[in-house]
Amino acid sequence: MMATTRILEGLGRFYIGLLLAFLYLPIIIMALMSFNVSPFYQLPFEWTTEWYASLWQNDQLIAATWNSVEIAVITTIICVVLGSAASLALYRYEFRGKKFLQALLFPPIAIPWLITGTAMLIFFFGVGIGRGLHAILLGHVALALPYVIVVVSARLQTFAPELEEAARSLGANQWQVTRRVTLPWIMPGVIAGGLFAFAVSFDQFVVSYFLATPGQTTLPVEIYAAIRKGFTPEINAVSTIIIVVSMALMLLTARFFKFGGEK
Amino acid sequence: MAGVQVSNVSRSFGAHKALDNVSIDFADGGFYALLGPSGSGKTTLLRQIAGFDFPDSGRIAIGGESVERVPVEKRRIGMVFQNYALFPNMSVADNVAFGLSVRGEAKAVIATEVQRALDLVQLGKLGGRRPHQLSGGQRQRVALARAIVTKPRVLLLDEPLGALDKALRVDMQIELKRIQREIGITTIFVTHDQEEALTMSDRIGILRDGRLVQEGPPEEIYDRPKSEFAATFLGDANIFRGDTTGDGIRLADGTAIAAGAGAKLAAGAKASCAVRPERIRIARDAGTSDGSANMLKGQVSKRIFAGNNSTYFVERGGQTLKVIVQNTGKERLAEGQDVVLRWSPESTVLIVAG
Repeated sequence: MMATTRILEGLGRFYIGLLLAFLYLPIIIMALMSFNVSPFYQLPFEWTTEWYASLWQNDQLIAATWNSVEIAVITTIICVVLGSAASLALYRYEFRGKKFLQALLFPPIAIPWLITGTAMLIFFFGVGIGRGLHAILLGHVALALPYVIVVVSARLQTFAPELEEAARSLGANQWQVTRRVTLPWIMPGVIAGGLFAFAVSFDQFVVSYFLATPGQTTLPVEIYAAIRKGFTPEINAVSTIIIVVSMALMLLTARFFKFGGEK
Repeated sequence: MAGVQVSNVSRSFGAHKALDNVSIDFADGGFYALLGPSGSGKTTLLRQIAGFDFPDSGRIAIGGESVERVPVEKRRIGMVFQNYALFPNMSVADNVAFGLSVRGEAKAVIATEVQRALDLVQLGKLGGRRPHQLSGGQRQRVALARAIVTKPRVLLLDEPLGALDKALRVDMQIELKRIQREIGITTIFVTHDQEEALTMSDRIGILRDGRLVQEGPPEEIYDRPKSEFAATFLGDANIFRGDTTGDGIRLADGTAIAAGAGAKLAAGAKASCAVRPERIRIARDAGTSDGSANMLKGQVSKRIFAGNNSTYFVERGGQTLKVIVQNTGKERLAEGQDVVLRWSPESTVLIVAG
């Protein structure tokens, strides 16, 4: 018995080690190579910040990065506001077609982005929205909104409806009830939904690729174009910066909103 | 503070009549219990008075002012919920302050009033705690402080003690009654616990299937129930069914039972008599008759000893009668013993059959 337990434990550790290695080793190597002199991943490792310096000169890559950040932030804000409002409406009110609307939330998550992207391109072209950053923003909001609604609605399922009734019995109007009782409760869901929305937008390649115009693109589209032209370690540099920033954001959020540890 | 008048209120949910033409007058400053089994409509009635739901027809007035179409937030009521419904994201003090804060009271006023309310429920030092750090009884007190701090016209309690254990519940009953007397607020209290209704309230309303069965002071309902339902739901009762003789009934086997109280019925109609188990005297033999007493013979089938009293189950003519005898230390009757039961007509209530 003891021996089998020990073997199972060993296997478990090995499995976790393997999992973490496959997830993080490529990222770590990429981050290291962004500081290596050789542009062709040659060893021995020689320290340099040359690629970060030249990244600073690469206006196209920097412009694409800012486009991505802006679109992701605006997408997040729009999706959090619209998605939370929609979740509250679905929670509070009974209306004709509610079940149908809720069912409609899931296909956009399941439909391959390639198909959604093609469909959006054709539709936007047809109705005159065309392509460009505004079209990308519109597409991202449509893609990310269901995630926010699903996450916030899940959080609302744990909300005790007597809390709203108690607040009303104390004289609070609908707005005061929402702001002071309901919103604080669903806040972890709103934050998580916002992170989803940000990630869906910031990581988005397929839909952005279809809707971008040559001059104005987002970072993933720009990176893809750059790799096709010929790989440069500047890509490693910009990727490393983004990984550091997004990991810091995630850790901060996790620290302040105690995911999983709700009382 | 104000009285509440409910007049001819009906409310249906689909085909289900949750309230069927209910009228009750809740006097100013009184402590009123709404008692009934689950599904009787007592909570629906409380929610109508609170304003969470509006009646299909009828009138509800608080302090003489019609409110049946006024939403809850404008009714100036205080409510305590079954599971307390404390705001988990706020401290105890902020919970209590909520009602004053949404009304836009000044911070200094709020602080004073909150402290006064917390002192009243004897939680003066716990304002900084979070609800999850409190015991069930303490949460109950916070919910009460939160409900009364806004000086509502009526205090509504929805099974407020249901989630507490027995000992704590008795403490809270006394405490709740003390606070209610101290601030003199009209209180309406929903419960399915008959003992709670009896010990706490000035008046009780018994509901069944959306109708008000009977209402009055606890003593009156207990001593003079108007229906078999009221007799058996509030306390225990032995029910005899037969034909009226004018001042009592005659059972199918010809035995007459004299009733000193209750409905006046034309002779010959179907009727019942209700007798409380503690009003019946039980003895080994008939002894000397006192003339007017009702008397039945039977056989003890079971005895349950409960310390201060014993309950005897007596078989008589296919019916099991219940008799409760105080423990006086005198002889106890064995199971299988033939016995004679006696009780006075004054302890017998004549009620319409059904």
